Amino acid sequence: MYNFDFVRPKTIADAAAALGHEGAQALGGGQTLLPTMKQRLASPETLVSLTGIPEMQGVCKADDGAICIGGATPHAVVAAEVAAHYPALAGLASHIGDPAVRNRGTIGGSLANNDPSACYPSAVLGSGATVVTNTRQIAADDYFQGMFTTALHEGEIITEVRFPVPEKASYQKFEQPASRFALVGVFVAKYADGVRVAVTGASEEGVFRWTEAEEALSANFSADAINGLTVPADGMIGDLHGSKEYRAHLVGVMTKRAVAAAA
Amino acid sequence: MAQVSMTVNGKAASGDVEGRTLLVQFLRENLHLTGTHVGCDTSQCGACVVHVNGKAVKACTMLAAEAEGAEVRTIEGMANADGSLNTVQQAFQDHHGLQCGFCTPGMVMSASALLAENPNPTETEIRAYLEGNICRCTGYHNIVKAIMAAAGQDVSKIAAE
Ligand SMILES: Cc1cc2nc3c(=O)[nH]c(=O)nc-3n(C[C@H](O)[C@H](O)[C@H](O)COP(=O)(O)OP(=O)(O)OC[C@H]3O[C@@H](n4cnc5c(N)ncnc54)[C@H](O)[C@@H]3O)c2cc1C
Ligand code: FES
Ligand code: FES
Repeated sequence: MYNFDFVRPKTIADAAAALGHEGAQALGGGQTLLPTMKQRLASPETLVSLTGIPEMQGVCKADDGAICIGGATPHAVVAAEVAAHYPALAGLASHIGDPAVRNRGTIGGSLANNDPSACYPSAVLGSGATVVTNTRQIAADDYFQGMFTTALHEGEIITEVRFPVPEKASYQKFEQPASRFALVGVFVAKYADGVRVAVTGASEEGVFRWTEAEEALSANFSADAINGLTVPADGMIGDLHGSKEYRAHLVGVMTKRAVAAAA
Repeated sequence: MAQVSMTVNGKAASGDVEGRTLLVQFLRENLHLTGTHVGCDTSQCGACVVHVNGKAVKACTMLAAEAEGAEVRTIEGMANADGSLNTVQQAFQDHHGLQCGFCTPGMVMSASALLAENPNPTETEIRAYLEGNICRCTGYHNIVKAIMAAAGQDVSKIAAE
């Protein structure tokens, strides 16, 4: 790892100012960025830690009932504090990596990184959540723009994520056993105005909505409703862990499991 | 170089570190607390697990500077005040929860974090909690048994393997 300066501001405004300098990069829990820097795939001149900013920590409930999670909140805190309000989201957080990763890794870091196999992007897209930054609010449908690509500008900070709470939801992850990331993960959420289905781990384009399944499930919320529906293998990720066809098949299987488990 | 200060095993510790100095390097190289091991350096194996403000973290994937002001506990701070092994450590010895011992500091730190959160875990809960701790020797069976014993559970009927 190349050397860098380390700063740990106490407010979002100070962090934004620090990130305005050439060569500066945000540091959340470091669970992705530090390994990347060790491999010299990233070499920022200044790391701006976001974990000392009280306004970016913790979970709260907005007046409209939405669950708001501070951008630097670790997965373990989400798992514990969201459980009573949005169990499917808490369940997702409680199965990311292992306990030590969950004590450091943050929701903002996961979403900024937008790994095509990460768990949180499916919850954000599947809930139609809003990504709040230091400058604007971004709807989930506009935020994800392909693997490792998002709507964030250089130096923009995810300060909060707002999740409308569904009637029922579930996240089902088929784990890649070595990395513990999703080989395929499906987040299904049933709202009064329809069902959303978001798939992670499967597509070369990163997380995506399976709209055909959404229509079928909005008409009839049962696992049988998606019998006969398939996603094309074309455009799926094919690697040593699973072929394109295997992942395409898993999308259907995991969607059915999520519908059956939704609570 | 910048000055970093924290509490390690109840004692004030400080030193000059670079931005890139990892917490595990600070513990091993500045403080000579070499009980915390580096197995993979890629956040996979858990040999480097320590407690920061009571939470298990991988010290190879945290900067020393990020621990500024924190309470850090390492394997050297686990024994009882008189120097005898604490309950978890003694259970690892009694139930053969180690062979070469390389993973053991991380295992003991993870096990202690688990028992602090969940004083009476099931076998399934123990195995799930240890997902980030790899052992190349024991096959895990006796580690799980040791943790159940440390929690006060009767393990006499579980076969030795
Ligand atoms: C062993 C292991 C297993 C894992 N398993 C899983 C898994 O099963 N599922 C899963 O989803 N993830 C998994 N992860 C990834 C983990 O969830 C990471 O914590 C997460 O992807 C990155 O979050 P972080 O806070 O550590 O971000 P960092 O590593 O600090 O940063 C990642 C990127 O985000 C940027 N960034 C950080 N915070 C912000 C912010 N608030 N605003 C804007 N940009 C920001 C950084 O500049 C950097 O580019 C695993 C990681 C490890 C090491
Ligand atoms: S050395 Fe830190 S996880 Fe392996
Ligand atoms: S006892 Fe040898 S690695 Fe666990």
